[in-house]
Amino acid sequence: MRTPASEPREHYLNVSYGVRSWLFTTDHKRIALLYLLAITFFFFVGGAFAVLIRLELMTPAGDLVQSETYNKLFTMHGLIMVFFFLIPSIPAVLGNFLVPMMIGARDLAFPRLNLASWYIFIVGGLFTMFAVVAGGVDTGWTFYTPYSSTYSNTHVVATALGVFITGFSSILTGLNFIVTIHKMRAPGLTWFRLPLFIWAHYATSLIMVLGTPVLAITIALVAIERVLRIGIFDPALGGDPILFQHLFWFYSHPAVYIMILPAMGVMSELVACFSRKRVFGYGFIAFSSLAIAVLGFLVWGHHMFVSGQSVYAAIVFSILSFLVAIPSAVKVFNWTATLYKGSISYQTPMLYAFGFIGLFTVGGLTGLFLASLGVDVHVTDTYFVVAHFHYIMVGGVVMGYLGGIHFWWPKISGRMYPEGWGRLAALVIFIGFNLTFFPQFLLGYLGMPRRYHFYPPEFQVLNVMSSAGASILGVGYLIPMVYLIWSLRYGAVADSNPWEAKGLEWQTPSPPPTQNFEQTPVVQDEAYAYWPGEVEVD
Amino acid sequence: MRLDFPLFPEQASTVAGRVDALYFFLVAVSVVFSSLIFMLVGYFAVKYRRRSDAEWPRPILGDLRLELLWTIVPLGIALVMFVWGASLYFTISRPPAEALEISVVAKQWMWKFQHPGGQREINALHVPMGRPVKLTMTSEDVIHSFFVPVFRVKMDVLPGRYTSMWFEATKAGDYHSFCAEYCGTQHSGMLGRVIVLVPAQYERWLSAAAVGESPAAAGARLFQQLGCQNCHRADSGEKGPALDGLFGRPVRLQGGATVFADEAYLRESIFDPNAKIVAGYRQVMPTFRGQISEEGLFQIIAHIKSLTKEETAKAR
Amino acid sequence: MRIGQGRSRLTEIHAVPAHQFDDLDQQREASSLGMWVFLVTEIMFFGGMFTGYTVYRHAYPEVFADASRRLSVVLGALNTSILICSSLTMALAVRSAQAGKRRALIGFLVLTMLLGSAFLGIKSVEYAHKFHEHLVPGATFTFPGPRAQHAELFFSFYFAMTGLHALHMVIGIAILGALVALSWRGRFCPEDYAAVENTGLYWHFVDIVWIFLFPLLYLISRT
Repeated sequence: MRTPASEPREHYLNVSYGVRSWLFTTDHKRIALLYLLAITFFFFVGGAFAVLIRLELMTPAGDLVQSETYNKLFTMHGLIMVFFFLIPSIPAVLGNFLVPMMIGARDLAFPRLNLASWYIFIVGGLFTMFAVVAGGVDTGWTFYTPYSSTYSNTHVVATALGVFITGFSSILTGLNFIVTIHKMRAPGLTWFRLPLFIWAHYATSLIMVLGTPVLAITIALVAIERVLRIGIFDPALGGDPILFQHLFWFYSHPAVYIMILPAMGVMSELVACFSRKRVFGYGFIAFSSLAIAVLGFLVWGHHMFVSGQSVYAAIVFSILSFLVAIPSAVKVFNWTATLYKGSISYQTPMLYAFGFIGLFTVGGLTGLFLASLGVDVHVTDTYFVVAHFHYIMVGGVVMGYLGGIHFWWPKISGRMYPEGWGRLAALVIFIGFNLTFFPQFLLGYLGMPRRYHFYPPEFQVLNVMSSAGASILGVGYLIPMVYLIWSLRYGAVADSNPWEAKGLEWQTPSPPPTQNFEQTPVVQDEAYAYWPGEVEVD
Repeated sequence: MRLDFPLFPEQASTVAGRVDALYFFLVAVSVVFSSLIFMLVGYFAVKYRRRSDAEWPRPILGDLRLELLWTIVPLGIALVMFVWGASLYFTISRPPAEALEISVVAKQWMWKFQHPGGQREINALHVPMGRPVKLTMTSEDVIHSFFVPVFRVKMDVLPGRYTSMWFEATKAGDYHSFCAEYCGTQHSGMLGRVIVLVPAQYERWLSAAAVGESPAAAGARLFQQLGCQNCHRADSGEKGPALDGLFGRPVRLQGGATVFADEAYLRESIFDPNAKIVAGYRQVMPTFRGQISEEGLFQIIAHIKSLTKEETAKAR
Repeated sequence: MRIGQGRSRLTEIHAVPAHQFDDLDQQREASSLGMWVFLVTEIMFFGGMFTGYTVYRHAYPEVFADASRRLSVVLGALNTSILICSSLTMALAVRSAQAGKRRALIGFLVLTMLLGSAFLGIKSVEYAHKFHEHLVPGATFTFPGPRAQHAELFFSFYFAMTGLHALHMVIGIAILGALVALSWRGRFCPEDYAAVENTGLYWHFVDIVWIFLFPLLYLISRT
């Protein structure tokens, strides 16, 4: 028996109208949508650069753009995708929307701080977009010195400031989540009854607050060095470029866990709902999230195996890098086991979940190649690394993000997206993705280095395959943009729990009222209480 | 478009085969595990597909033995990979003692090579087959990285420091070398060639190549020109330590610490002489930063290295 | 409203939790945890620079010692004691808020601000000295001896670290000013003085950072 459609007259979207009611909102749900708009914009900008890169790489010669331009293209693609799309995506959109709801709260602990986080994000984005339109930046998203501090003639300082500022948005969001999860859970909602989405965001927030400040200070020092012409990281002026790499990667490695952990959180929700089964090994998945957060801080040196660091340091970082892979593997096995004797349906979110499992598995396994010192010497700084991280970040994070957007779309908008188009897009994205990035593993082992504008002709066929795949992938991403917007007006009206899912967010109307719950819920069930029987909604 | 493109690089060095063996092991493990996951997911997804809306399966909370199994087995496999990779890495990082030593100076956007016999090359590097070759490298500007895919070796080249790598070529041929650390506009253009010659051909090349002074001879000349011998002589007293037999030996510093006199120590002593003062001497040496190029520094170091062998030979 | 009274109409209204909280206790705990988490991020923020400084000091110990001798231990020690006193006055301010003593609260907050400003004043004097001695990193930097570059490194870290610290002091003083204004209007009472307590935490943290900075920067090889 489906619950009756319950679209109350007043909800968070129609409670007030006008630009001011959005730009000065403190409602976490509206702030989530503000973030959704912002990161979608940045996704387009970063994606546009990707299109140009793949177009250029169809031929061995550098004949589409000049080298200076190409170097700016890959730099800005990386910067914008990492800092302005991937890192905020799930936490700032889905996390902001769902964390209070999943724990039965009316809002986050610090709603005005939440709005400030969005404004800080926008300001940081403006600095970076200024750098982009004023001529670009060409240091690589990794800002290695002394190229970035002394030799580059592009808008390094503006970009560094943009990244510096945006970092605070991340820090404050993480702070907000930590306090909210600790202090604002509904009565009866003990830690081990929390949805794994919350565990994932908690672990992510720990990384955000501990790691981001180090990047902030490092990038600030590079900017200062550039402006004042002093030598903090430039050996010609007495500095140490390897120190920069250590400080940079100390954040930027954990940053990749900031990106993947929330996607894993989404995965647990999707697999449970669309198998109608409690997640297998709940405790193991929860602790794996924490283990990934802790171990993630100890492995940064694996980006520096050929940088000239000592052999013994390399050994330590290598073994730790193998260790950090284990909790991720444990999660994949647990999700697979959840399917066993479940009741599985193939709606769009579940298709994204299947895609995630496949692509994240490949991405994670190829990480082992990079942790293996003997192989890493050969493949580091080649397209092998590029393929590896795109499998995780695009095959993992973006699939998780899209799966989550589709799953919670009815809750967010009160409408259903068209299921047929949803499945089609998921399939197109999966195929396009593999065609784009699998050939890059081969290119990398063959020896094609990263960040190359032109290349020897024997690499062309694999590059053409990759570019062809990218065009399919691009189409795949456009399809949901279109139908999601379409659904806002013409989509079927959704009731409060169209998926018959467990979780407090489904116990309120779609879209929810501003205060989320008429009355604070009292929790008596374990998480994912999909036991035999009907789903009850009060 | 070249349709006869390779899918796998050639093996042309002593370590290439070992690297590829580890690689194939990793590929095999990856194929096994991903197939396992894909098949299980596919199988479960089909076998347990929802047949009616009223299906509500019984919960299965977990299984400790299964958790331990799929934690410990991957951990074991990971450790095997680690040990294998680390042992290979030790080989890759440790040049054999009798390696042919070539110095490399990278700059935006070219490679400059200097052979011990005085031959100099730009962007192309001739090496003999079947002999270990050690490259000692530095950069004049930003970070570069010297990468020869068919040898499966790579090492960053840093400004202000020396890094080194070694290889032993096993197959004659003309191979790509790449710059593998983004270094600015012409990063893609820092293409080089490594030309591996059988020993007879290599000897011919050595004599035919434009030979200048050997690095050690050029270094001796610079040593004189810059006035180093004023303080660094056997009879110079307290002015400066004698350099005969210095290279490769431990040095006692003021304050009690000991350092090993390698290329990095010599470089620092010339550019930043007050960083480490030898025990028993005063801080009087001036810096020569800005007065000597990177190539010149390699030559002086070659000269100092030669003092080890010369003086020992003289003493006999 | 009468000054000296623990409560006022304003406190009656404000002793109510914000809409997202169920009760004042939850609000207080949440804001306290929030401040602690924020301070952890600050540790990481300063930590990056402490790491860099430590690396270079280990690499160039004599030059750093020489450069450090150009700093004024007297002014540094004076600043240290001023800051420690200000932490005392801050703690007393928190105590006054807890006890509902509004006049004492305002007094101690103002004292803390004055001490903090004195710290900043002395810091500016120090910076001015450095400027005149050509010890500010950049084009005008001059240092005797062949290792001027490494001395410039010392001063880069000196200015970056003490500058960041001073920025935190300025922000702290501004927040204290806001607290003074709010206390004047009777905003705080024994049931709801979390903002004062959390500002106290922040202030103590800024003090502790200085207590690390002072020996690290000023006291190399001074024995």
